[in-house]
Amino acid sequence: MNQFFFGTYPYIALTVLLVGSIARYERDPYTWKSSSSQLLRRKQLMWGSILFHVGVLVVFFGHFFGLLVPIKVYEFFGIEAEAKQLLAAVAGGVFGSIALIGALILAHRRLTDPRIRATSSFADTAILLVLIVQLALGLISVPFSLAELSDGGVVKFMAWANGIFTFDPKAASYIKDVDLIFKLHIVLGLTIFILFPFTRLVHMLSAPVRYIWRPGYQIVRTRRKKA
Amino acid sequence: MKVRAQIGMVLNLDKCIGCHTCSVTCKNVWTSRDGVEYAWFNNVETKPGIGYPDDWENQKRWNGGWTRTRGGKLVPRQGAKWRILANIFANPNLPEIDDYYEPFDFDYDHLKSAPEMEAFPTAQPRSRISGERMEKIVHGPNWEEILGGEFEKRGKDYNFEGVQKEIYGEYENTFMMYLPRLCEHCLNPTCVASCPSGAIYKRDEDGIVLIDQEACRGWRMCVSGCPYKKIYYNWESGKSEKCTFCYPRIESGMPTVCSETCVGRIRYLGVMLYDADRIKEAAAVEGEQDLYDAQLGVFLDPNDPEVQAAALRDGVPQDWIDSAKNSPVWKMAMDWKIAFPLHPEYRTLPMVWYIPPLSPIQNAAEAGKIGVDGEVPDVKSLRIPVRYLANMLTAGDEEPIVKALERMLAMRGYMRAKTIDGVVDLGIAQRVGLTPAQIDEMYKIMALADYEDRFVVPTTHRELTEDAYDLRGGCGFTDTNQCSTGTGGGKLFGSRKFVVPTGGAR
Repeated sequence: MNQFFFGTYPYIALTVLLVGSIARYERDPYTWKSSSSQLLRRKQLMWGSILFHVGVLVVFFGHFFGLLVPIKVYEFFGIEAEAKQLLAAVAGGVFGSIALIGALILAHRRLTDPRIRATSSFADTAILLVLIVQLALGLISVPFSLAELSDGGVVKFMAWANGIFTFDPKAASYIKDVDLIFKLHIVLGLTIFILFPFTRLVHMLSAPVRYIWRPGYQIVRTRRKKA
Repeated sequence: MKVRAQIGMVLNLDKCIGCHTCSVTCKNVWTSRDGVEYAWFNNVETKPGIGYPDDWENQKRWNGGWTRTRGGKLVPRQGAKWRILANIFANPNLPEIDDYYEPFDFDYDHLKSAPEMEAFPTAQPRSRISGERMEKIVHGPNWEEILGGEFEKRGKDYNFEGVQKEIYGEYENTFMMYLPRLCEHCLNPTCVASCPSGAIYKRDEDGIVLIDQEACRGWRMCVSGCPYKKIYYNWESGKSEKCTFCYPRIESGMPTVCSETCVGRIRYLGVMLYDADRIKEAAAVEGEQDLYDAQLGVFLDPNDPEVQAAALRDGVPQDWIDSAKNSPVWKMAMDWKIAFPLHPEYRTLPMVWYIPPLSPIQNAAEAGKIGVDGEVPDVKSLRIPVRYLANMLTAGDEEPIVKALERMLAMRGYMRAKTIDGVVDLGIAQRVGLTPAQIDEMYKIMALADYEDRFVVPTTHRELTEDAYDLRGGCGFTDTNQCSTGTGGGKLFGSRKFVVPTGGAR
């Protein structure tokens, strides 16, 4: 069980995420979009969307750097595991809560507003509910994390995540004895990876940061072959 | 100098009868689909009125177009790049669909399926978005048709700026005109500038502004960027859509659908050559009233041999240069100076121009005489206030509008004398700075308005950019993945399909 969910499942999830996203981008770029519903109903979206996105972005990058930066880098800078775990729990708690509030506002809007309800696909509603559950699981794990500050829990997760990306066959065993809540959070997180290419979540891969350094404002396309 | 060509349009408002044929034919061709049923790439508004969507001309409310910073730099009014990105989660400048109208259909089925009852069955309206019954239709795409609604609401019209508008609410002084609107295919489009994905582009060969539907991610900044509110978010597909200037027709030398079907023959299409290097400077001149002149300065005279040589050098085909010489747009905008850009103060350098309408002489009966300046009535006594037209077409500068109206009146006077009295009145022509030959040409193009004179559209030169051999047996004009042969547009799985032109910075 442990080996499957934390040794094999991550590779399945990452493969679906990668291949699925590439295939969708290649085969059906017309469906690649953020699916904004602001035009249909402004109410609740302003607050809901901003809170949700800001919270989730911080949480996402927190997980990204927190888990994937090799442990040695932290050792090099002399950051202790305990301090890192405290930071992760506090920042995660604060921004996770912000994201959860936003997501709840959005979910209320999606489920109760007749316009939004009528125009939502199953995937639109489902992924929002899954994200709410995931945010809740993450927030529930915060007190567990704070209770075990000296336990070096964070190091286990880092070792596991590092292990997955370095193809360490023992990766799953590093988190064998962590609390169930963490395991649920991880399994659902991996499941979101699987759902990713099939939902509107793909829009995050198109975050238009390129806009900032796009030269000038105007774009002209020409059919003429470049000389 | 960097010469580029654009197919521009002029609408002669003096002849618009407000029949909406342009809107309806456009809708049938382009927007009779779910998600854009509320969108009218072409619509006709009755002025004065707040228009569609609500109050679109008021950029204090919608923040469309450009603004000039103190340092003389141009920035989209909704914010520079960082600001636009910061608004991406929730765009504060985006209209809600109710600012257009909630699209509806009628329950026609009820008329035949209703059980036997006392009252005659009716077809009630139903929302096309939520599918729910609508108690009352509160808004539509042409809500102010022929001055519908009270003046108090219509009087919020932005073009009343600086006009004592109260008297125009009185029955005796009321006035109206029609304003057909479509995408302006601007030289300096804010929609293109606002698109974080870089999906909107201006075509180098004919100036048409298009949205790459496969690259659009639905960030919806173009909708708020466009001061004319002529980009519509398709709530079904999650992509923005806009007037395509009927490019498949234009490419084959045909007029756009709205132009072709105009029963009043008010629309003109023609090539304008312009200097792409002057755009930035022209759009950034300090005074708003100088923008009209600045835009005139961007256009290049197709009869100038130097311009012709430069155009050929920059890849403008010879037949396009020849068309530019016959362009009705050039004649109206540059030679006769009777056509004007819509709201030049937005600094987008629009390319759909308007000839202001003449109107009955104000208070003529009441005063017992007509204010006459020689043979030409005084345009200040026309029913539609000149200032109103100036606010619409020249950022409030009345002089060019007065001149244009005088020329149009002079044309009438001159031709009346010529055809009825058999007298050529050189005085009328001279007074408005035109030659008799020019007036004859104006008459031919504006009054007779033959098909060939209205539409001077050269075909596009696909042969320069495509290998016809590769296209034989192809699947023609398609929408994204339809008529798929199993090979996609991407490179990963290998394919050879119609290749979308690649992007590049200006």
